Amino acid sequence: MLLGRNALTCAALIAAGALTRIEKRGELRWAGDLQGGEPYVYRDPADPSKLDGFEVEIAQGLAKRLGVRQRFVQNDWSTLLPSLVRGDFDVAMNGIEDTPALRAQALVTRPYYSFSEQLVVRRGFPLRTLAALHGHRVGTLSGSLAHAILRETPGIPIVLYGGQEEPYRDLELGRTDAVLLDSVIASRYGLTKPGLELGDPDVARGTYVIAVRLGETELRDALDGALADLMSRGELESIFAKYHLPPQPASGAGAPAQTQARFDAAQVLLFLRGAAVTLLVSILAMALAVPLGLLLALARVYGRPLARVCAHWYVELFRGTPVLLQLYLLYYGLAPLVHLDALTAAILGLGMNYGAYEAEVHRAALGAVPAGQAEAAAALGLTRGQQLRLVLLPQALRTALPAMTNDLISLLKDSSLVSVITVVELTKQMTITAVDVRSWALPGLLCAALYFGMSYPLARLAARLEARLGAHEGSSALREAVA
Amino acid sequence: MSAIHVKGLRKSHGARQVLRGIDAEVADGETIALVGPSGGGKSTFLRCLNGLTSFDAGAVRIAGVELQPRTPADAPELRALRARVGMVFQSLNLFPHLTALENVSLAPVHVWKEAPGSARTRAAELLARVGLSDRAEARPAELSGGQQQRVAIARALAMRPEVLLLDEPTSALDPQMRGEVLAVLRDLARSGMTMLVVTHEMAFARAAASRVWVFDEGRLVEDGPPAQVCDSPRSERARAFFAHG
Repeated sequence: MLLGRNALTCAALIAAGALTRIEKRGELRWAGDLQGGEPYVYRDPADPSKLDGFEVEIAQGLAKRLGVRQRFVQNDWSTLLPSLVRGDFDVAMNGIEDTPALRAQALVTRPYYSFSEQLVVRRGFPLRTLAALHGHRVGTLSGSLAHAILRETPGIPIVLYGGQEEPYRDLELGRTDAVLLDSVIASRYGLTKPGLELGDPDVARGTYVIAVRLGETELRDALDGALADLMSRGELESIFAKYHLPPQPASGAGAPAQTQARFDAAQVLLFLRGAAVTLLVSILAMALAVPLGLLLALARVYGRPLARVCAHWYVELFRGTPVLLQLYLLYYGLAPLVHLDALTAAILGLGMNYGAYEAEVHRAALGAVPAGQAEAAAALGLTRGQQLRLVLLPQALRTALPAMTNDLISLLKDSSLVSVITVVELTKQMTITAVDVRSWALPGLLCAALYFGMSYPLARLAARLEARLGAHEGSSALREAVA
Repeated sequence: MSAIHVKGLRKSHGARQVLRGIDAEVADGETIALVGPSGGGKSTFLRCLNGLTSFDAGAVRIAGVELQPRTPADAPELRALRARVGMVFQSLNLFPHLTALENVSLAPVHVWKEAPGSARTRAAELLARVGLSDRAEARPAELSGGQQQRVAIARALAMRPEVLLLDEPTSALDPQMRGEVLAVLRDLARSGMTMLVVTHEMAFARAAASRVWVFDEGRLVEDGPPAQVCDSPRSERARAFFAHG
């Protein structure tokens, strides 16, 4: 009976629409990403259980007008829209820029904030407009309006980031020559650095809007009404003032019209380029990991006590911490000391991490060579080095080959992590294209097909190597003879 | 001058005394069969002679090289000795990634720095001598146990050793394969190679050895011509061994 009534209530709620659902629940669920940080939505430094930020206050104002409470839902910024469509929350509000791409996937409210896209450069840098920066590297956030603008400016190599601090850090270090981002981010993260200044304060204009699921017009209209009320009473202005947001340009609207990209040959070409980067990074990282692992394994098995301890801790540290963290530290953390470009850092980072795993593979393989082999080699008068080079290593490498091939396959997939240090490889290309063509299905399938096309031959190779090795050992007359 | 001179050789594994003072001499060209119950110290004695196992006390001179007590098995000074003293193992221990010919020619090239061409020619001759000229390109996995052991003997001979040590060379083999290996060893004995063979093959010991040594509980309890040691051993321990062995 109770169950029946609940089912009825649910059905009624769905039929009644989003607004009724929120009113019944007594709660407006809105999503953003805390990683975006100040001034949008962030944890109060004095009391980490509390959220702070201008969007939190807007959400409170909106909820009050709808007669409900507000609740924040944490969601990765890059997947706010797919999560909205899935129904994980009611609305998304987190510095979401009004673009045709957005409007194709969601309803948008009236703007609650207008901004300019601002070009920030190093102090005294002579090139201060997009046109002048032809051929120079410009950083921006992946999937932002600024990203779209840069893509339509020919001749500018774009460097993509996942957070708003890193682009300015790399600009300071000279890894890029300019950063294009909106005025909120530029004033908060860029212009606070003493070495940076505004190049072009008004490259384009844009607005922040709240995204609502397609079809939920009633909710959108209610939010529009609430926003209008917040504005007319001056509450919005005082919130912006409280968080020191830069002054809004007079005419807010005017996001540049973007043509929706088609999933055509040009996109496929970009995918192939991404796949080539993935393959390059993976193979070079493995080419570093294998000899490094061999050295570590030799140090652990045959080294003096100090070498043994060092190799042991190298392996434990690199295996025991996330490779993502290692990439961050190598690229951003060590930047003041060692100035690595992104591709080098990616190859080094993955290579050093996988070196720890290869060390264990080689160590196991060396241990699997029967003790009699070293003894027979020693009895012939071969030196320690000759025993290793001529007798032990050739056998150990044969044993290690299938495991190394398997590791290369996982490296192929782990290489997608290097996008956090601005390398655009296959997975990153997929997410960029997915936003461009407003669909994840086709790009996702092509991406999967390309990964599979690279890893399947390797998997076959590993299987064949294993079979050959097994046959080699199985038919051994020695085994029969000793048995 | 004797090929091998051993005086007061002692070796313990922890509290267990494996060799309790061995004195022995081997003249050039002799073939010694080392027999006795398992755990009597035969194999340890053999391994002490080329430094694969270190000994605690005593003196060893072999192929003109003096061995000191407690020399680690990987000490560089042992290399000269090992180049002159060949060793063949019970567990065959051929290098599985190399062909029979490469197994035989490896050490002469890398230890004696012999030219690869001449080392290969000589390796082929040695394989012919052990009856395997048609299997030169086979890898160990493609050879029978008896063939593998004959390659191992050729591999040891390739270094032109002054002494050949063989540790139960036929124990891991089927009976029909033992014959082919023992035939090779008989030929070697006749050719005047100085050999020490740890073995359970009494027929071989009688036919091919110049002397038979009986090891028991870490002591050399009998030393004499095969007929005398096998048929009328003087010590109680040796009599018990031949009665049951």
